[in-house]
This record gives sequence, structure tokens and C-alpha cells, in this order.
Amino acid sequence: MATSPKLDSKIPDGPLDQKWTKYRSTVALVNPANKRNLEVIVVGSGLAGASAAASLAEMGYKVKVFCFQDSPRRAHSIAAQGGINAAKNYQNDGDSIYRLFYDTIKGGDYRSREANVHRLSEVSGSIIDQCVAQGVPFAREYGGLLSNRSFGGTQVQRTFYAAGQTGQQLLLGAYSALQRQVGMGAVKLYARHEMLDVVNIDGKCQGIIARHSVTGQLERHFGHAVLLCTGGYGNVFFLSTNAMGSNVTAAWKAHKKGAFFSNPCYTQIHPTCIPVSGEHQSKLTLMSESLRNDGRIWVPKNKADAEAIRAGKLDPNNLKEDDRDYYLERRYPAFGNLVPRDVASRAAKERCDAGFGVNGTGQAVYLDFAFNMKYKYGKIEATKKGIENPTEAQLDEFGHAVIKEKYGNLFDMYAQITGVDPYKNPMQIYPAVHYTMGGLWVDYNLMTTVPGLYALGEANFSDHGANRLGASALMQGLADGYFVIPYTIGSYLSKEISTKAISLDHEAFVKAEQDVQERINKLLSIKGTKTVDYFHKRLGKVIWDKCGMARNAEGLKWAIEEVRRIREEFWKDVRVPGEANEFNPELEKAGRVADFIELGELMCKDALERNESCGGHFREEYQAADGEAERDDENFAYVAAWELKEVGNWELHKEELVYENIKIAKRSYK
Amino acid sequence: MAGTSGKTINVTIKVWRQKNKNQKGQFETHPMKGVSVDMSFLEMFDVLNDRLITEGKDPVAFDHDCREGICGMCSMYINGRPHGPKQGVTTCQLHMRSFKDGDTIVVEPWRSAAFPVVKDLAVDRSAFDRIIASGGFVSVNTGNARDANSILIPKDDADQAFNAAACIGCGACVAACKNGSAMLFVSAKVSQLALLPQGQIERDERVLNMVNQMDEEGFGNCTNTAACEAECPKGISLENIARLNREYISASNFANRK
Amino acid sequence: MSNSKGFLKSSIGRKAIMGLTGLFLVTFLIVHVSINSLLFVGDSGATFNAAANFMAHNPVIRVVEIGLFAGLILHTVQALLLTLANRKARPQGYAVVNGAANSSWYSRSMGLLGTLLLLFLVMHLYHFWWPTKVAVFTDHEHNTFDEIKAVFTDGTMGIISVLLYVIGCISLAYHLLHGFQSGFQTLGLNHKKYTPLIKKTGIGFSIIVSLLFALMPIGFLIGFIK
Repeated sequence: MATSPKLDSKIPDGPLDQKWTKYRSTVALVNPANKRNLEVIVVGSGLAGASAAASLAEMGYKVKVFCFQDSPRRAHSIAAQGGINAAKNYQNDGDSIYRLFYDTIKGGDYRSREANVHRLSEVSGSIIDQCVAQGVPFAREYGGLLSNRSFGGTQVQRTFYAAGQTGQQLLLGAYSALQRQVGMGAVKLYARHEMLDVVNIDGKCQGIIARHSVTGQLERHFGHAVLLCTGGYGNVFFLSTNAMGSNVTAAWKAHKKGAFFSNPCYTQIHPTCIPVSGEHQSKLTLMSESLRNDGRIWVPKNKADAEAIRAGKLDPNNLKEDDRDYYLERRYPAFGNLVPRDVASRAAKERCDAGFGVNGTGQAVYLDFAFNMKYKYGKIEATKKGIENPTEAQLDEFGHAVIKEKYGNLFDMYAQITGVDPYKNPMQIYPAVHYTMGGLWVDYNLMTTVPGLYALGEANFSDHGANRLGASALMQGLADGYFVIPYTIGSYLSKEISTKAISLDHEAFVKAEQDVQERINKLLSIKGTKTVDYFHKRLGKVIWDKCGMARNAEGLKWAIEEVRRIREEFWKDVRVPGEANEFNPELEKAGRVADFIELGELMCKDALERNESCGGHFREEYQAADGEAERDDENFAYVAAWELKEVGNWELHKEELVYENIKIAKRSYK
Repeated sequence: MAGTSGKTINVTIKVWRQKNKNQKGQFETHPMKGVSVDMSFLEMFDVLNDRLITEGKDPVAFDHDCREGICGMCSMYINGRPHGPKQGVTTCQLHMRSFKDGDTIVVEPWRSAAFPVVKDLAVDRSAFDRIIASGGFVSVNTGNARDANSILIPKDDADQAFNAAACIGCGACVAACKNGSAMLFVSAKVSQLALLPQGQIERDERVLNMVNQMDEEGFGNCTNTAACEAECPKGISLENIARLNREYISASNFANRK
Repeated sequence: MSNSKGFLKSSIGRKAIMGLTGLFLVTFLIVHVSINSLLFVGDSGATFNAAANFMAHNPVIRVVEIGLFAGLILHTVQALLLTLANRKARPQGYAVVNGAANSSWYSRSMGLLGTLLLLFLVMHLYHFWWPTKVAVFTDHEHNTFDEIKAVFTDGTMGIISVLLYVIGCISLAYHLLHGFQSGFQTLGLNHKKYTPLIKKTGIGFSIIVSLLFALMPIGFLIGFIK
């Protein structure tokens, strides 16, 4: 397989561990006087956007930041719980840049670029330094040093964390750096603004059209470069752990203006979310993966028991040990309950589909702490207290205290959402969409296939391959923003110093704004009978059923047709209330759902094209007899990059993945 | 509308409607029948809006995003309390099981001169962003940092700083305070950075600038009723306001600089 | 960079003035209640009169008294200005406020309690301060004890006076209940170890001082103080 000529990844020559250092030292620079005349537009204010905007402004560029929320601090990076990886080797447990690099490639099921991942690993340490200098209150040991924990099944302790709110603290750090630049006048902030199109002039991206949500006014903004830091597209599923406003619109508009979209079928399903409680459900809440360290996952062994539990006739606490199926421990004796996310998720789905699920809906499994609470922690505490033959009640009491100390806030959250006390009853969990590895195709500079248009963080496809490891999303967002783009943007902007700011009356701006206006008018004029949510829920169900944890050719073909039908109906029968020139959340939602529908089709198309199972993409046709995923490295070791010809019609370009430093192997957790 | 528990209730929603910041607002009443107690408060509003849209009426505008209690965007004043009757939770984490069958629930926007109404229940909290921009940071450009472990911080200080840094900027403190004071918000950031060695260099300047900006935004004054602390969904402590006072008094009067 | 010029105009500076003047007035209460407690000695006011006489004639005390009035006026004026500013911070109020859910009623009613105290103070000054401390310069043959006794034992008027004094003392108790610890908090004195102590002391102080004050008119009325 040869890489398409349209995809130049611009990976520097030389040995892997010197590529970045050398490139960084030789990439073209922009002199300080010229930087002041160069304008950069940053769309999105999460970890990638805020860190990029702050860093570029510090360097002297004129920066404009856009976010749809009321403040840049609301971006959904804030919700990340677990932590951030860095190859610091503070614990002296054998971690290194190479090891983090290797784990990330392997975790991504050998579907990511070596050079990008190695760079990510190289800069990971600097991220921690930067964040600590900003005052991010990471967890510490009594000696005052930073604390680490292991996360997501890795064998080293390289995860830095701030209780269960690491994303929040990192984002507030980046946000404070951003606000500092706002205060100094180096960044102009446009909150409650949604980017609705990019403007290409002379084959380069030179600006955007944004809508001010409060007034509904469309605005034209010029930029020598545009950075999309707009996150992932998990909300295509309607139900996901994403924020309600998380959307694909910015990336999708770029896609429609020439940026290729890569690997859309790679979506990460997180195994430990709180199950759906009813029709009204609007989003799903993640319970930190750390719970799997002490919780045992099971379903009833007998269908009759599962049915009795679902009907509320049997209390799971009363089910005998022999009648429980600890299916992860059974199938994966080596890793047990700690298998990677995709494996754990599929196993839960398999049990529920086979009729062993619990919860009223049958779509849940148990995450049970009772055993470890009593017999692990209870016993340890009893020993500490010198009690030789503790009673059951004592074990329960001691263990309860330990669990409360370790997971108290998570248990409270669970009780708050479900109304069930998790200390007394096993938690119910079910997988939910959490992260999307696919995104806009970018080269080594993070530039899309449109010159001047960049994608950072979750919005690009670059570093996680087919599956992301825990605590790596925060690392990638900040790496892109703090330590990659400030260098790589120079290779483009150094050639743009003579480009004068383009008049906002340029025909390309006028035309783009007109198109946006027409689309808004169209949405408002349909005045159909169904709400936007109706279509979103319908789309989500199709994608979840057919392009979720397990896919097959037949289902995907049907889904493509069904999504097309949904699109057709949407544009005939959607009802969007209100006016264009006012604060109109429904109108915003309608535009986003329209884009999700188009994306949904591409996801299924991509999944159908990829005749193998890898990472977050599991094709039922490609599995071993024991149900394990079967990768096809001979035919599918490539990045799929889709070029949009017109809505519903794409051309596939392939970028071959070459592994020069790692030997591809089967991913096994048995 | 029944959820997994199957229990439903009937409630009446009295909600504030206001087209924009320049127009006068009024209450509108909507009976809600068969509301699942497993619904979140915002999901109940989703259901209401679905109905309003289908009936050809204007849905209620409200701010929300993550719906897991961390982004700080949701902001409803429910039955006389910010984020409703439960302590330590945001509106999005409030569930209908916290209400009784037959309840009338009055929902208003945050009310503060510094938080003008955008529409209905959505308000403009950009004043908070401006306060942070005035000094809520450590001035360290990207790339300037030394090795993270070269700064030792006592665990207790780090924990206290973290507790202050847990603020989500929702503005419930302002909404709860009878004086519309933003001191809990400001004090949380001032405290976080005052407690850490990284924040020492700009310590005086930070507190002076942030308080100055807070005053300019038109927030009211603190009279130590502690309503903010009681209503803060993240449990930010009143101790932080004392620290803010201390920092400000000291920076204003005792800093030995020009 | 220092800010001593803007300090008095800033929100925290104005709070600090409230706290400082408030705590200063608290120290006055200590002196006041101590001397007045001599009424309970039971010697027909001999000890009390001696102390009162000293307080009325000692020049240092008289100078401090001017400071006391200045503090009182500053406290009142600042409170008024702050209240007006706070009103402006919420031009449109809530339809429903459930203040009891998050704070004590008296912490939210310091303005009201303060106003009651001010009204009480006008009456109180008219009753005692004027005759004993101003008229003292003209009339040296002054028996303060008898004058106090007269106010509270004057038939129906006496009962009304006692009632008004008790209301005044209750207002004082609640004003102090919040104000005492609030003053420390405002000045930035909050400490894990000492704040609980300050709070307990504040509660004790408010109750004991107000109770002692209230017992005086009641004592005269029921003949407990002779």
C-alpha cells in the first residue's frame, strides 16, 4: 500500500528520538516584529485551545479566541477526572520517554504515527513543569514531592492527578494563562460565539464566520492561521459522557471546506458509566476508571436470576457467590477487572446482549465492592488494629471507612444520580461513549490538508490510534497547545509575513457569511413537526446500535441508508423555534445535529471500509474463536483520510503507517 | 416518563421569562405531570421545552453544559436557593426525587447587577472572567518552568490550595448572598495562589488588582452571613474570605513598596 | 505597589472599618457593663456612684468618649453607605428567598438590629448620658443611682421603659451574636484552632453582656436592686 500523494505527513527525517529536537531547532522562525502583525484565530478554549492561545500570545502573535460557552473555563476538558501521564520517572520504576511512547502505540493498537507519539512522549514532562509553575495543585506526598499513581493498566506510576478533578485543575491553569493574555490585550476573547464556517482565500484558510449567540449577529474574522481546538464528536451518539454542547460543527465545516477527516470510526467506549435511567436521559456520567481497581464486575450466572433482578423480585445482595459470573476474571485471568477499556466494554455488552444484564433495562452489569471492602481492606485494617478474629460486622465497618476515604466523592456522586446507596448495594454500570480518536487529518505540524488550518487536541486524529490510554487525552491536548504548535506554526507563518490582513468585504467572506445565513434561514423556515432532539436521539440510536461497541457489514450498510433517511427527514420536518437574531439555543442545537447526521454517515462508511477489528473498532466478522479482536496489519495498517466531494460522497485516501522502531504484535491481556 | 424506579410526581413550575436584558420579565406557570423522579432537574426542563416547541411556543433558555457538576455553567435559583434544595450539588446534579408530589417550584435566574440576564434563566457572568484576567494567575510564560519537583510544597498547603481551586465559577455565591457579593469566588483564587510558593511573587499585586476589578464590576459587599459557603456546590470555605481580607489589608497598608 | 489611598474606598477597606469600629464598640461595652454591674452590689448605689463619678470627671475618659462617639458614628454611617451599595448590587430582587436554608436571620438583619439599637441609644442617651455626663458640668450634686432608679420605677412609664430597654438588650444580643465573630473574620483573623474559640467567646459575650444589661432595669422594677 502506498500513501496517497495528497497526504504529506511531513515527518522529519532522522532517528526517531532526534526527529523532534532537530526539527524544533531548524523550523523557520518569525521575528518578533513580524509576529505582532500576524493574527491567529483559535476556536475552542479547552486544554488545547487555551494553552495554544496563551502560548502564541506570549510569543507575540495577535490572537483571537472563540468559544460557544459563556466563559472559556467551561470547556469540557474540565470534566476529565483521572489524571495526566508524563514520562518523568519520578517513582524510579523504570519509566522513560520510550516506554510511554511504546505503551501509547501498543494501547492504540498500532494505528498511530510513531513520530507524533514519540514527540508527545518527549514533551510530556515539560507539561507537568509548566502546570506546576502555574499553580496547578497536583496531589503531593508528605515530603512535598508530587504524587503519582498507575492508571489504565500500565505497569509504571506515571499519572499525575489532582483528586478526581485533574482536568478541571489543568484547564483552570491554562485558562488563567489565557486570561492573563486577555488582560494584557494580547488575546481578544469571543465567548458565546460559535464558529459556523472557515473562509479559504487563495487556497489558504484566512478566516472564519462566527455567530454571536446572544444577538444572533454573524461576524467575519480574518486570521493568518486558524486553529481548531474544538474537541471530539462523541455526541453523535446523543448519549455520551460529553457535555451537552460538545459538537463536531467546527471540524465538520472545515471538512466541508477541504480538510480531510480521519478514522471517524475510532470511538472509545468507557466501561464504567452510570446506566441509562429512562427515556428522559440527556447525558451519561462517567465513574472514574480507578473504581475498577477495587470493584469486581459480575452478572448473574443464570438467566432466571437476571430476570428476577430486573423485575425487582431478587435483591442482588442475596445472590449466592456460586450464582455470580465474574466474567472478566473468568475470561482474562491475568488482567481480570483491569483489562483495557475496549475489552471491558465489549465484554459487558456481550453479557447484556446474551440476556444477563441487570437494571430495569437489562443494560447494566454490577461493579461490586463488597468483597474487597470486607475481605481486603476490612482485614488489613483489622490486622493493623491487632484484632485477630474480626466479626463480619467489624470487617464491614473497617472496610467501609477505607472505601469512603478512597472513593468517597465518587460514591456520593453515584448515590446522588441514582438514589441508590453504593456502600450497601453493588453499583450498576454500563459502557458509554467517552472519547473519539478520529478527527481532522493533520500532518506533523498539526496542519490539516488546508494550508493555514490547524487542528489540535481531540479534534485531530493524530496520537491515539484506534484506542486511547487512560490519562493520555489531557497530555495530548496540552502537548499540542503548549509545546507543539508554538514551534510548528512558524513553518507556515514565516511564509505569511507579507500577507496583508484581508478586507472583511472580500467576496470569499461575503459568500461564506451568506451561506451561513441561508442555512440558518433554512433551518428556521422548515417549521416541521419534530424537535431537534427527536432527530438527534434517532441518529444516536442508529449509530450506537450499528456503529458502537460492535459493528458488522450488514448493520453498517443499513445504518448508512438509515442515516440518509434521517437527514432527508430532518431537512423536511424539523421544527426550530424562535428567530435568527436572538439568543436561540435550539437553533444552535439544530445546526450541530445537522452536522452530526452528515458525520454519522461517514463514521459508518469508515467502519464498513475497515475490514478488521482494532482498538475501539470491533467488527464482528473479524474475531477469533474466543471472541478476541483480529487485526489485519497487512491490509489495514493505514490512516483513513476522507475527502468530502459533496454531502454523502467521499473519496478515501490512505496514509500508510510505517513502524520502524516498534515490532507490531498482537495485543493480548489474557 | 417513568425511569428505572418507576416513580413519578406531578409538579408546577413557575419560571422566570425575560426576552433580553433590556426588557422586563415575568413569571410563567407550567404544570408538569408524571415527572420521573430519576430525572435531573435540567432533564425536567428538557421535557418542558420539548413540549413548548411542539406547541409552537418559545422554549425556556437556560445555561448548561457538562451536566456532571463541574463546568459551572448551570445556574438556576430554585425555590429561593441557588442550585435548589440540596447542598453540595449544582442544578444539573439535582434530581426530581428531591421534590414532592404537588410541589410548586419557582425558578429564577441569578440576580445581580454584575450578572445581567441574557435571556430567561441565562445570565452573563463574564465579570468573573475579567476578575481572573486582572490577576488570577501566575505570570509564567510557556517554556519558562523549572522541573516540577524542584518546588516542594507541604501536603497540607497543597491540599488547602486544591480545596480553594475546586471553585467552578458558577456564581452561586453571588446569587446566594443577600448583598450580591463575589468575595467567595475572588477569595478562592486569591487563596489558592497565596497558599502556594508559585504565587508569592505577585501576591500583593494580585489581591489588589482582583479586588479592584471585583469592586468595579458592581458586586456587593460581604457581611459574613456565610450563605455563600452554605450554597457553594464545591464547599469552598469561608476561611478563604478571611484570607482575602488579610491579604488585601496587608497588601494595601503594609507592603513596603511604591 | 501599595494601595493605602484606595483602601478606605475599597469594599474590603470599608468592611475593615466596620469590623474595627465594631470591635472597638465591643471594648466599650466591656467597660460599660462592668461599671453598671456595680449596681448589683446592694449598697444603694454607693460603689456605683463613685465609679460613675470617676467616669464623668476623669479627663482621659472624657477624651476617649469622644473617640467612642466618633467610632459609633463611623460604624453607623459606613453601615448606611454599605447597605445602599449592596442594594445597588441587586436591583431586581428574588420572588422567593429561602434565607433560613443557608444563614441565620440575625446575620441577615444586622441593618435592622443596628437601627433598633440606634433608636434605643437615642433614648438611652436622653435618659442617662445627658443628665449624668453633660449636666454634670453644671450640677455637681448628682446621684446617678437615684436617677436610674427613677426612670424604671416611674409607674406605667417605668414599665414601658423597662420593656424598651429589654427590647434594646435583645437587639444588642443578636447584633453581637453575629457582629463579634464577624469582626474578626473581616479583619482576616480566621484560624482553624482559634476561630472556634472566638465564635464561642462571641456567643458567651453576647448573652452575658446583654443579660447583665437587661437585668438592671428589670432589677429596679421588681425591686431586686435597692
